[in-house]
Amino acid sequence: MTKYDELTEFLLRLGDSSLIHAQRLCEWTGRAPALEEEMGMMNVGLDLVGQARNWYEYAAERINDGTDADALAFRRDERAFRNLLLVEQPNGDFAVTMTKQFFFDAWQFHLLTLLKDAKDERIAAIAAKSLKEVTYHLRRSSQWVERLGDGTEESHQRMEKAIDVLWRFTFELVEKSDTELALSESGSIPALTELPEQWRATVNEVFAKATLTVPDAPSTFYLSARTGMHSEHLGILLAEMQFLQRAYPDASW
Amino acid sequence: MYAQQVETGTKAMKSLAEMGPEERAFQEKIDAEIKIEPKNWMPDNYRKTLIRQISQHAHSEIVGMLPEGNWVTRAPTLKRKLQLMAKIQDEAGHGLYLYSAMETLGADRDEEIEKLHSGRAKYSSIFNYPTLNWADMGAVGWLVDGAAIVNQVPLQRTSYGPYSRAMIRVCKEESFHQRQGYEILLHMMRHGTQAQKDMVQDAINRLWWPSLMMFGPSDAESPNSAQSMAWKIKRHTNDELRQRFIDQTIPQLELLGCTVPDPDLKWNEERGHYDFGEIQWEEFYEVLKGNGPCNRERLETRRNAIQDGAWVREAAVAHANKKQKQQAAA
Repeated sequence: MTKYDELTEFLLRLGDSSLIHAQRLCEWTGRAPALEEEMGMMNVGLDLVGQARNWYEYAAERINDGTDADALAFRRDERAFRNLLLVEQPNGDFAVTMTKQFFFDAWQFHLLTLLKDAKDERIAAIAAKSLKEVTYHLRRSSQWVERLGDGTEESHQRMEKAIDVLWRFTFELVEKSDTELALSESGSIPALTELPEQWRATVNEVFAKATLTVPDAPSTFYLSARTGMHSEHLGILLAEMQFLQRAYPDASW
Repeated sequence: MYAQQVETGTKAMKSLAEMGPEERAFQEKIDAEIKIEPKNWMPDNYRKTLIRQISQHAHSEIVGMLPEGNWVTRAPTLKRKLQLMAKIQDEAGHGLYLYSAMETLGADRDEEIEKLHSGRAKYSSIFNYPTLNWADMGAVGWLVDGAAIVNQVPLQRTSYGPYSRAMIRVCKEESFHQRQGYEILLHMMRHGTQAQKDMVQDAINRLWWPSLMMFGPSDAESPNSAQSMAWKIKRHTNDELRQRFIDQTIPQLELLGCTVPDPDLKWNEERGHYDFGEIQWEEFYEVLKGNGPCNRERLETRRNAIQDGAWVREAAVAHANKKQKQQAAA
């Protein structure tokens, strides 16, 4: 299995997380609780596929062996994917989907805010563009967390259950990583030391408004997308997403 | 997308002389091409016909997301995925405009959606056909959206103002989808492998006749058309529009290098139109009755979406009410 340099691994982490999250949103087509949400989910999904493409293009240039953005998306196996475990989790009900969206948006928002000042100009530019989109995503998902948490008895219970299902995957959003430390020491990206606290602060603030309890910090866990150790959900997701490229390797679409 | 067969509730059409003063003033306005607006007087049957037609049109946009949703998770490249997602988003938006236009007539969207779910309201028959390979995403864009555009372009001049304005917005986006769909097919035919070319021909073979059925029954079997045309809700007959669609589509088909599954299709020099074979009307009526290949799945998916989402909508209402009370107390 190819191991790329640190910066490329970091770019794949960003690209893969956006793409896999968007793939889950696509599964909602025609199944959302209201027409406005059909539009909302596709709108967010579109932004994320666009972001994934930008990160992949940069990664592909660095890999520089003829690979391109589509090859990165459609021709890598699950052990090579670097997306957050959180985003590959099944959609569940609307509460699970929205909680997942909110955790992811808060992570992306604070991360991109830091990255928009990266010395690496390419990263800074993609981050600045993506941040505009993610600011909207976070506003939308925060509002839904509040509506559902502080809505009816049933919606509150569903939110608590969703948090229970997803919380253990949030350790990845707040863990400190050697890759990122090395990247910030070499000056390519800013130090991400503040990210865990910022993420927690956003979760605390929105959960308080939503009358939801913030669980204790999750413990680290055997799986880690940084090493391509995914949950069992990713393989099936990729089998579906990559089918055409795999079945017709000589085709041009 | 659009509405295929709409009951006007008219048994015999009245002449101007037979009309009361209000109805005559209304018909004269229509004849003078003046748009009818929500607060204007209108005959009850005009109102009901429009509600049926616009709701059917809106339902078609929504059900129409499902055949594409079937491939959006399998789109072969990032570009194609983005295009398909944008298209699905547009369709949800078209559904919203159309339900809003319908509500200006005093109808309620939840009630009309309930009619769809209980099988009392129709949607376009085309969405009861399955999407079986990637080329279907191209063929749906090219043929299905193409047929919809032929129907909708004249509806930009339909007599009811809000419907006409919705159509102007919808048509712009639909034309874009149609070009994208055609480009998917053209790319596969020009740059693709034999397997991809076979997919394109297979998609056309399966979707050609169902696309022609989108124009509704033949004029001889359309008892409601005359009234709809007198009211200028419809501007052309089903057969006129179907012929226009065929005439403009065959050259595009030839450019692809594909064929249609119609041995009787032939240019008729005298008429200046293509002649074509007989549509399987029995299949059309079976599909409209609910016995098409995917009718059951399509409605079940939509019913489930609304049922499963009920708690979400209730939560949104409950939360809004709480906020309102808090603001009132503050």
